[in-house]
Amino acid sequence: MWIELLIAAIKIATVLGVLLISVAYAVYAERRVSAFIQNRYGPNRVGYEGLLQSFADVIKLVFKEDIVPVNANKPIHTLAPMISIFVALTTIAVVPFGHQIELFGRMIALQITDVNVGILYILALTSLGVYGITLSGWSSNSKYSLFGGIRSSAQMISYELSMGLSIVGIVLITGSLSLQDIVMHQYGWMWNMVLQPLGFIIFLVASFAETNRSPFDLPEAEPELVGGYHTEYSSMKFALFFLAEYANMIVASTVITTLYLGGWQFPYLQTFGLPPMVVSILQVLTFCGKVAFMVFFFIWVRWSLPRFRYDQLMNLGWKVMLPLSILNIIVTAIVVALLK
Amino acid sequence: MAELTDKIKEKLSEANGFQGVVFTENINYPMIEVPKERLLEIAKILRDEFQIEQLRDVVSVDRFTKNERFECIYNLFSLTHGKRIFLKVKLDSKNPEVESLYPVWQSANWAEREAWDMMGIKFLNHPDLRRLYMMEEYEYHPLRKDYPLMGLPGAVKLPKK
Amino acid sequence: MSLDLTKEEYIEETKQASHISESQEKILRALESDDVRGHFEGSLDNQLVLNMGPQHPATHGVLQLVVSLDGESVVGTVPVMGYLHRGYEKLAENMTFHEFIPHTDRLDYLSPLANNVGYVLAIEKLLKIEATPRAQWIRTMCCEMARLASHLVWMGTMAMDVGALTVFLWTFTEREKILDILDILTGVRFTTSYTRIGGLALDMSDEVIARLKGFLDQFIQKLEDSRALIERNKIFINRCEGVGYISKEDAISIGLSGPNLRAAGVGNDLRRDDPYLVYNELDFEVPTLTESDVLARYYVRVREMYETVKILRQCIEKLPKGPINTPDAKQVLPDKGEVYTKMEELIHDFMIVNFGNTPEKGVEAYQAIEASKGELGFYAISDGKGYPFRLKIRSPSMVSISSLPTMMKGAMISDIVAIIGSIDPVMGEADK
Repeated sequence: MWIELLIAAIKIATVLGVLLISVAYAVYAERRVSAFIQNRYGPNRVGYEGLLQSFADVIKLVFKEDIVPVNANKPIHTLAPMISIFVALTTIAVVPFGHQIELFGRMIALQITDVNVGILYILALTSLGVYGITLSGWSSNSKYSLFGGIRSSAQMISYELSMGLSIVGIVLITGSLSLQDIVMHQYGWMWNMVLQPLGFIIFLVASFAETNRSPFDLPEAEPELVGGYHTEYSSMKFALFFLAEYANMIVASTVITTLYLGGWQFPYLQTFGLPPMVVSILQVLTFCGKVAFMVFFFIWVRWSLPRFRYDQLMNLGWKVMLPLSILNIIVTAIVVALLK
Repeated sequence: MAELTDKIKEKLSEANGFQGVVFTENINYPMIEVPKERLLEIAKILRDEFQIEQLRDVVSVDRFTKNERFECIYNLFSLTHGKRIFLKVKLDSKNPEVESLYPVWQSANWAEREAWDMMGIKFLNHPDLRRLYMMEEYEYHPLRKDYPLMGLPGAVKLPKK
Repeated sequence: MSLDLTKEEYIEETKQASHISESQEKILRALESDDVRGHFEGSLDNQLVLNMGPQHPATHGVLQLVVSLDGESVVGTVPVMGYLHRGYEKLAENMTFHEFIPHTDRLDYLSPLANNVGYVLAIEKLLKIEATPRAQWIRTMCCEMARLASHLVWMGTMAMDVGALTVFLWTFTEREKILDILDILTGVRFTTSYTRIGGLALDMSDEVIARLKGFLDQFIQKLEDSRALIERNKIFINRCEGVGYISKEDAISIGLSGPNLRAAGVGNDLRRDDPYLVYNELDFEVPTLTESDVLARYYVRVREMYETVKILRQCIEKLPKGPINTPDAKQVLPDKGEVYTKMEELIHDFMIVNFGNTPEKGVEAYQAIEASKGELGFYAISDGKGYPFRLKIRSPSMVSISSLPTMMKGAMISDIVAIIGSIDPVMGEADK
């Protein structure tokens, strides 16, 4: 009993630690990749090639003065960034980053917890994320923030639908809501990306919208709404929003990897006859590599595409994505029914 | 160049009932000096009959030593002919007022606001005669020659601490 | 109004407010009569007034737009100017003609060279002198280089306004190359103050021409790269197409000039229609489109860049040899070497620097050039002294901004920034 709890605690600490450090390096990666895209250097002074830049930034933000607008609703203003970061960090709990590993004679599942309704858990938590942004927009008592909040809630509600519906296809194929089962099902090259190309594209686009990344970064559209929902935030509260954005990006990448890119599966790795320890480590590395590619993809898109307009965003969400995801379900259902 | 100017000269001659219209030549473009009472009428004629479609600017001048202290110079441009022509009215010092050209050219809106702001020339029947650059509660007109270069101390009321 | 007021306090506060809106009045009456059921008719009661600027990332400086919004749609727009008003017209009346040249740099600070040229051309008309052929050709090249630099900044900022951040850095890299050439040509990168009345400060060296040639050879490819990044993007096209429409009649009546007018279907270009400098000897086209939306304004400016490259190539070929200063000792600043060694030149230099050039009394002059934003004109009046009696600057940006309320009709918040970006305003010029 105690040993189980200890293992869980160690797993949580490790995953959170890795997640937070990778958030810091996602910020660094964003700045370096964007610099590469734009023909400039990017941060290269703090530490070797600027590797410590993100930590310097965090320290700077912690020491900055925390300014709260006079007419802000103070409790909610403080609560909002907490909700954002909480949601961003909690989602990772059900994502399997490997199969299992044998340590000290115990089989340890490489996942914090294998909830049997893992997909619903992810959907539920990402829906909570909208509260952080909407409340921050509303409580700041600034018109720009308010617009950011409104845009964000409308956007998230519209895209959550197609996001949820696109997953139904996977559930139909796999027959389970558990993420570990879904990964196990994607053996060899039979990744869900191959089986569900339409669903994959819909989920990818929707996750861009869910994480408020360009071209769907309307809630914080810089040229229009100055900073959108976080216009009136400073110091550590701003840092929390900032971290939440990148944590969301990484979590979205892990979810996309798990659902569509085969998770920790390395094609036909088990057939190579490697020792089980090496296999486990390779699987974790495979997972990390896939996530890193998705993070790069997020960054790549952000620095290449212009931003949508509000009505175009809504049109895309309701008139294109939603019918397509329903079509995806119907086709998948028919195929699954015929094959069985 | 000469053709359009000649036609305008013919049209605005005394024979057609236009008294006091003078063609001056101290500038590198043709300039017509018109009495201020007939400005609007002449502007309409220029636009409708001579295809002078654009009012590009309004220049206000303060000739502080003269009786007719203010001048308004309208910078007109004909897109059809590619020609520029100037229209000038002289305004007296006590009551610098002139009919707004907004009904003829929309651009008069802002150009005349600028002239009002900087020189204090009132444009009658202007749709929105607010100051353009200075704040609304400012009392002076900075481009007048009697306004000192260094500004007037206390002219801008600042909020108390 | 804060939410924690009691009813009595609310009534008291609203009564004391100087301006009570219709809806507030209704609330007030309802509160006073203890009948708390307020009735509101029409959507006007739902409008939100948003102050965009003067501190806003997309207003290109200090333009303030008071926008009244119904949800995300714009109901009305009122541009507010004057945050960068420095009174240049007043300043000009208190300094010699030469002293004002550095101030023209600060008008349209994206193309200072063109302002320099426009100003000295007007003053030369006033003094009735003309620059030498070589000076004229170099000035033409200056104007075109300034146009290129300005259009590159515009292209980057407009792309940034619609959310494409990368183009900004790409076009700025190209602009940087132009600024480097200007550095060799004028001695400074940005605030050039290059022209002098009757000539130029420095001659154009062979190195400048070589660098310019090298720049032009690679520029088209770089421009194509930047264009490919945004023009082939559906999102960009969707954001721009049909947005910010202004009818041809309105565009003419509002007095637009330059690219904004050409995008509305009026092929008016002062370089062709009212030639100054040596433009009548050059072969170029005036790109004109009829759609009159943000996309049309984008394409007009992009095509202008190709024409500018064409003009610059012709200039490099045809650039004549000869002196750069007009031999008019009374009006043109003498060469510095001569000032230090010869008595006559020293006297002229002293007179021009201290008392200014002396035009005839009562002469007026107007000279407009086709700057990157439109017609940039200088109206100078002389009273025979060394200072201009009146100098009026016709700034194209101000007129462009005055067209914003018309263009904003039916736009959304995101369109506001795209429209502002498309008309390419520079507040240094608009506010004077």
